[in-house]
Parts: sequence; structure tokens; C-alpha cells
Amino acid sequence: MSLSSQIKEYCKVKYSSIKVVLDQVEISVEKDNLLKLIQFLKDDPSCLFDQLSDITAVDYPNKKDRFLIIYQFLSITNNQRVRVLCSINANDVIPSISKLYFSALWAERELWDMFGVYVDGHPDLRRLLTDYGFQGHPLRKDFPLTGFDEVSYESESRRVVYNKVKLAQDYRDFDFNSPWGVVDKIKDKKNND
Amino acid sequence: MTDTKIKPITMNFGPQHPAAHGVLRLVMEMDGEIITRADPHIGLLHRGTEKLIENKTYVQALPYFDRLDYVSPMNQEHAYALAIEKLLNVNVPLRGQYIRVLFCEIGRILNHILNITTFAIDVGAMTPLLWGFEEREKLMEFYERVSGARLHASYIRPGGVHQDLPDGLLEDIGLWADQFHGFIDDVETLLTENRIFKQRTVGIGKVSRDEALSLGFSGPCLRASGVKWDLRKSQPYEVYDKLDFDIPVGKTGDCYARYLVRMEEMRQSLKLIKQVINEIPNGDYITEDKKIAPPKRSEMKGSMEALIHHFKLYTEGFRPPKGRTYTCVEAPKGEFGVILESDGSNKPYRCKIRAPGFYFLSSLDYMSKGHMLADSVAIIGSLDIVFGEIDR
Repeated sequence: MSLSSQIKEYCKVKYSSIKVVLDQVEISVEKDNLLKLIQFLKDDPSCLFDQLSDITAVDYPNKKDRFLIIYQFLSITNNQRVRVLCSINANDVIPSISKLYFSALWAERELWDMFGVYVDGHPDLRRLLTDYGFQGHPLRKDFPLTGFDEVSYESESRRVVYNKVKLAQDYRDFDFNSPWGVVDKIKDKKNND
Repeated sequence: MTDTKIKPITMNFGPQHPAAHGVLRLVMEMDGEIITRADPHIGLLHRGTEKLIENKTYVQALPYFDRLDYVSPMNQEHAYALAIEKLLNVNVPLRGQYIRVLFCEIGRILNHILNITTFAIDVGAMTPLLWGFEEREKLMEFYERVSGARLHASYIRPGGVHQDLPDGLLEDIGLWADQFHGFIDDVETLLTENRIFKQRTVGIGKVSRDEALSLGFSGPCLRASGVKWDLRKSQPYEVYDKLDFDIPVGKTGDCYARYLVRMEEMRQSLKLIKQVINEIPNGDYITEDKKIAPPKRSEMKGSMEALIHHFKLYTEGFRPPKGRTYTCVEAPKGEFGVILESDGSNKPYRCKIRAPGFYFLSSLDYMSKGHMLADSVAIIGSLDIVFGEIDR
């Protein structure tokens, strides 16, 4: 029996959908049931996901639920993988799963650092990868690629100083997309009208 | 006499320290010489790789993967190429798969030589490093001959590999492989039964099976704790299921077991390399689909269509259909994975890199608690940490 049908049969926790994307099982869940679902995935004998591979987020600035949190699990006992998806809006907090998986500690710190998603119940939610005193969350889509600050060595005062980024030339983002796609867009628009 | 409470000393280790294996800053709270808390401060090598990848086309983003774990560059490219192939649903020709396996195993040996020898120098043995770097140099020459670059190869491309093996390379790799056993034996005589080496590593940084799973361990560190788990066997990719090799598994889960597992893995990699040299078929090394792989230079001189394909591929690139995938490989350090999300455009919408070293380092506090200061160096050495992939 496949993993998705097993979960469909045994899982009592409410989840929104389960599907197979490119041979990988994806479960979408509301954030209120997230912790219960992960507990189920960890303990149920048909799943036994004993390792958390990764936590990350995807930012969709134009959607109502801005962030999609992705949890990737691995079961070494049953040799299978599963992905849990949870959509939250920009002000929501997600529960910490560091009590279930030790490896979530740093993964959640990185999530907070890079996306500004607050993790509730995390014992030590500090920034992880960015500089001391860094402002902003770099992997959000509205954070510019070039950033805001740059550091340089100032020989007069003999120390490293922070300056605002000055670009000699604006950042250029060439649009190489094939112009032929435009025809389809116009067709779509006509059909919609 | 009344007990006086001594305030723990806070000690700073790094970021510039030879035993930190890069730019690790470690803030340690010490009770005398016993570590009570170790707090790694990372990110000093953070380059925003994931953000940069989101602003590049799929092929332009590939060289960033060389720069993650710069000790075994091709294994990272491999994970990324596999992720793109998953999204595009293309197959790699058999010869291409064999070439990939060959260079992934060379990468594994490159990585293990560096790790074992620098680990040895951390705990006091100088000679293995000097010997090991000579061997690494030979291996990087193979990299250079196949791709033109010693380190940042960008050789494994979506759909196959960049170019075919040059004449005589396989024979030379075969000759090298015949003498490499001797090197492993030499290092073993220096380290395996060495009294000082064993005193510094046996029983240090012990991790049990369940702890290793919860800590997110993978690769040699997980196997040293007694878990028989290798993605090349359990979730085979490329031609690993056709090749014959064994997975070494440790018993004790300490620094010494991790060292032993890596030593045996080098021998197994050598076995794989020899099999690849004997079995490699002739044929294409990259997919025929010209929307994904560029045409040959010679074709471009005569064919307008080939020229257009080349131009479109290196400006616009290809557009995988909408989708999301998590693809991982058994990199020398452990499970190296890529979460790649495509929104149907020519740039990845999101690319998350799962670096094995990230989780090793996050468990440093747990592992070094209660050990002596000098043991923390042995633990860091045995975990195989490279900051290119941890800080990303």
C-alpha cells in the first residue's frame, strides 16, 4: 500500500489535502493541526518519520497567505519521504517542533532569520546566518538582491565601517523571456473579456 | 571551608582558528576545563546563495553549487542537476550517468582525504596531511582534465555532463586507483592503531542511534552510530544499483568510529571507480534534447538551428513546468538535498539547499557538553564541517 493511502486511512488529524507531486507525497495542513500531524507522522507505525530533513519557506508576496512553510521528513526505518506544507499569512506564528526533532532548532532559527516567520515555543530564537545587528529578512521577495549595507575597511580610523550600498550602475535584470509567450497572454485576456 | 560558587568562564574560539575548519566562532562557557555550553556563531561566510539563485536562470545558478562544499564540488552540482531533471522529466544517457558516478566517487575521496588528514592534524598528527594533499592534487588534475578547472568544475549539467571524457583519462584514473590502496594503507599504519590518536578520539563525542536520527545526522556520521543507511543503496540514483559496493557501519558512534567509516568508504569508492572504468559504455554523455543541452561547437558552425538553440539556451534558458521537488544525493558529508520550486519561468522561484554540515554543527553543543576543551577540537574535526555549505 502506498504511503498516501496509508495516511488517508490511519490519520485522524484533519489535514486539507494530500497529493503526490513528482513521486513525492505532499500533505497540506492548517497551522492549528500542524503539530498534531507531525506527531502522528513521527509515531504511527506506517509512517515512522524519524528524521527531519529540512524546514524552509516560500514567499508569495501577492497571495493572502504569504508564506508557505515546507517541512521535509525522512523515515529511515520505512525508507520513505514526506513533505508537509502549511500556508500562513505574514503575521501568523507557527509552533516549534524542536521538542519532537532536535534538528529543528537551527532550521527554525534560520527560518526566522531569513523570512521573519516567528516560531512559537522555540527556546532560543536568535538570528543565525546574518550579521550581528542585521535588520530585515533577506529571503523575502521584497528584500533587494544587493541589500542595504556594505562593509569596508577605513584606513584613517583603522576599523571596519558600515556604509549604505552605493551601486555605480543600477542592478540590471534583463528579461530574456521569449516574446512569443505574449501571444498566449493576449489570447487569454480576450477569452476572459 | 564554605563552598564558593565559581562563575563560569566564557571563552571565545575563532573565527580565525586553524582547528575551526573555516570561519567558525564558538562561544563556550567553561567550568574549569569542562565545556558546559558551546554556542556556534555561524554566517561569517554567508553569501546569500539561495537569494542569488532565485535571480539567475537554472543553468546560471549551477556554479554556485561548486562553491558550497568546495572540498567535493561535483557532488553538489549533481544534486542540483538531478533536481532540475526531476522537474523537466529528462533522462540522462547511460554514459553520462557512469561519468557522473565516476566523478562523484572521486569527489568523495577528495573530501575524505581532506577530512581525515585535517582531523589528524587537529589531534596532533602532521604527516597524513602532507601525504594526503599530494593525492588530492592528483585527483584535482583529473577534475582539470575533464572540465578545465581544478575546483569549481561546473561539469555536471542538467541532462548529463558538459563534455565527454578526454582520451586517456580513464586509463590514467585506473593507474592512479591501482596505487591509491597503498596510500590508504600508509595512513592506516600512521593513525588506526596510533596510541595518541586513539586516546584523543575513542569515546569522544559519542552519539547513539536515536540521538543521531533526532540530531539530523546523515552520511558517515550517521553510519558511525550504527545505522545502515546510504542513499546510494536505499534510494539509488544514476547507476549505483548496478554497481557492487558495501556500506561500512560503525558501532560506537564516537570520533574514532567516524574516522574508521570514512577510511573504509574510501576503499569502497575505489572499488566503484574501478567498476566504472571497466563497465562504462560508449554513447552520448548528455541528453539529445536541444532545448535543455547545448549543441556541439562544430554543429554551430554549420547549422542555423543549432546556433539559435545555443543562443536561446544561454540567454533565456529553459522553463521547467510548475512543480516542487526535494532531490538529494549521498554527498561525502551526508545527505545533500535541494528543494527546488518552479513557477514555470526560466528562473527557480525558490531553491533551498539542505547542507548536511548545518545539522552536524547544530549538534555541537549537545555533543561537546561535559567534554574537555581539547575534545571540542576533535569533535569538530570528526564531524567534517565546511563553511561554504553551512553558511551558504
